[in-house]
Amino acid sequence: MKAAVVVFPGSNCDRDLAVAIEEVSGTAPVMLWHRETEVPDGVDLIAVPGGFSYGDYLRSGAMAARSPVMRAVADAAGRGVAVLGVCNGFQVLTEVGLLPGALMRNAGLAFVCRSVALEVANNQSIFTSGYEAGEEIAIPVAHHDGNYVADTDVLDRLEGEGRVALRYAESVNGSARNIAGIINDAGNVLGLMPHPERVIEPAHGRTDGRRMFESLLAAVG
Amino acid sequence: MIPLKTRIYVTLKPGVLDPQGRAIHNALEGLGFDGIEGVRQGKLIELEHGADLSDEDCDAMCRKLLANTVIENYRIERG
Repeated sequence: MKAAVVVFPGSNCDRDLAVAIEEVSGTAPVMLWHRETEVPDGVDLIAVPGGFSYGDYLRSGAMAARSPVMRAVADAAGRGVAVLGVCNGFQVLTEVGLLPGALMRNAGLAFVCRSVALEVANNQSIFTSGYEAGEEIAIPVAHHDGNYVADTDVLDRLEGEGRVALRYAESVNGSARNIAGIINDAGNVLGLMPHPERVIEPAHGRTDGRRMFESLLAAVG
Repeated sequence: MIPLKTRIYVTLKPGVLDPQGRAIHNALEGLGFDGIEGVRQGKLIELEHGADLSDEDCDAMCRKLLANTVIENYRIERG
């Protein structure tokens, strides 16, 4: 698996993602600065990390979504390259239009930073094939703007097409239908608020995030 | 030359929950300001410019960056 991790000014989970990818795949990813205009040839996974890109100015993810590198990422996604957006990365993917809906301020207004219980709603994706359908896992979240919003038609379509990958077992931030992560219609883009890269080895306390990277490795080789 | 000013108001669409507006509402009530039925928080973005901006450009700026039209409306006020 040849992976790339995007880095914006204000990203702070880029290294964690890179370490997780290298730990699972054995190959260190390429780090792609926000000014890059091309994704290197042969990349089969692009990870968009958590953090506070551009200081969350205007809206979380808004500035990053208009950066040169995201045009290249959108092109690559259109060619079928797998794209994983975690936390701020999920916000960026909605702002750039690769995923529907938007992530608003948490309904409780508080920054939520803790491990949360999640249900694997779809294990038929390249991101979640290593989990059992309906399995309950726990992965940490750390966000202020994780309240997923979309209109009823979009929510119905996401659910009807099995594009809700992960759901919170109970409300964490007010997200519509407890959505924690969604997949695009082609199945190669996942955005999620929880941080799988933070639970990949026993020293992290849990390893529930590891299977997401193992699923990707199995899918893209 | 005094620059021209265009103001862009970005507001949440009706029906989109505004937790910040609700918190402001609660705080106002806590200060004893009764009779307020709802609070919605928005943004004001001021553009200063020398030459006139076309309506098309203002609209494009809002759609492409200044507002997220999934959840927000915008209003352009030419000054």
